Amino acid sequence: MTVVAAVRELRRVFGGTVAVDGAGWSAAAGSVTAVLGPNGAGKTTTIECLEGLQRPDAGSVRVLGADPWRAPAEHRARVGVMLQEGGLPTTARPLPLLVHLAALHNTPRSVDDLAARLGIHEFARTAVRRMSGGQRQRVALAAALVGTPDVLFLDEPTAGLDPHARLDVWDLVREESRRGAGVVLTTHSFEEAERLADRVVVMARGRVVADGTLDEVRSGSRLEDVYFALTRDAR
Amino acid sequence: MTATPAPARRRVLAQARFETRTLLANGEQLLVSLVLPALALAGLTLAAVPDLGPSRRVDVATAGALALAVLSTAFTGQAIATGFDRRAGVLRLFGTTPLGRGGLLAGKAVAVLTVLALQVLVIGALGAALGWRPDPGGLLPALLGLLLGAGTFVALALLLAGTVRAEAVLALANLAWILLLGLGVLLPTAELPDALGGVARALPSGALGDAVRASLLDGTWPWQQWLVLTAWGLAAAAAAGRWFRWSG
Repeated sequence: MTVVAAVRELRRVFGGTVAVDGAGWSAAAGSVTAVLGPNGAGKTTTIECLEGLQRPDAGSVRVLGADPWRAPAEHRARVGVMLQEGGLPTTARPLPLLVHLAALHNTPRSVDDLAARLGIHEFARTAVRRMSGGQRQRVALAAALVGTPDVLFLDEPTAGLDPHARLDVWDLVREESRRGAGVVLTTHSFEEAERLADRVVVMARGRVVADGTLDEVRSGSRLEDVYFALTRDAR
Repeated sequence: MTATPAPARRRVLAQARFETRTLLANGEQLLVSLVLPALALAGLTLAAVPDLGPSRRVDVATAGALALAVLSTAFTGQAIATGFDRRAGVLRLFGTTPLGRGGLLAGKAVAVLTVLALQVLVIGALGAALGWRPDPGGLLPALLGLLLGAGTFVALALLLAGTVRAEAVLALANLAWILLLGLGVLLPTAELPDALGGVARALPSGALGDAVRASLLDGTWPWQQWLVLTAWGLAAAAAAGRWFRWSG
């Protein structure tokens, strides 16, 4: 098993609030790792440390063997990121934006193919600020995929999507995993975790309260029952 | 096959192209960057007031319009664009791409220079049509002054955009544009009331306006004004380096 992302004893504090408190888990190449947890559990903070957007106060994170905070362009070219807030320029139209992001890579995916897969051509002339939440999600996912990354960090990739679009995204995530990429996603959807995840990490109050294969974490029960039992006190 | 980044220069040029297109496709930005400096040039040249001093009106007005172009693009435009990009998470997302934060800033700088070159061409052509005759010996120092001013005002823009909310950036950048316009950008500081002129000379607006006018009207190398611009630029860059927040 090739580890593409590893979190060790990670601690992140904002003022007096401990967002992540000694969390540790890892994600492998060619697999999907779903990180679940209530709001404020530390999922996004952990993912943002892995993306190089935040610096750990203690502990460490490694992505493709490197410290993402200091990583050079060669590292970032191998990492695809989808932020929870999107991060798309509000005045841009989707295709020129994706063409631009593709131009930052040596061997990008075909923007046309990606746009067709995600139904982006339907709103190709719409500026980001006029798009629906679901349309923005699709463009943000395409932006994460355009460089053919070895590891993908997707922060709530299907939030706000209609059921058809959600299925399209799930298909793409599975394809990325089959291609050999390590996919780490955060989600509030048990269905998403059960359909996609090879490994499940449950976080609550900054700590990891469950970590294992889907079957190990479920241990014969429904995932949502296990989740509610593990996180009841964290709300 | 392992994904690799495009070469650094190609990444920065791609970002510059993207930013330039975004700037030029923005109607409000075009208004501030090109239409208002052009109107200021025509208005100051053709009207009899305010007093622009002993030099030919068109020469003073063209130099002022060029300084205004720098203020508009390097400060107001960059501050507002960066402030809203920061709020939308664009700075964070682009920082995770092969471009990185350094490439993003370099791309923005090249985009500002590209738009500035376009502004110089348009305003220069309009000035020439109105009878502008710059001192040929002053063209090089004027260009250096415009570049120095662009650097200083981009640093000030980043300081503003990286430290306050996007809505406040919008309000403050527009307010500063209006105030600085009257503090030495369009009118020579020597023509302002004494106290106001002294204040204007110590501000980057007055230093930039007087520097461009001194070069284009008299062919001089205005070291004193360049020193003021450099001091503001270094202070703003240091403060932006210290306090700029990539998320908002």
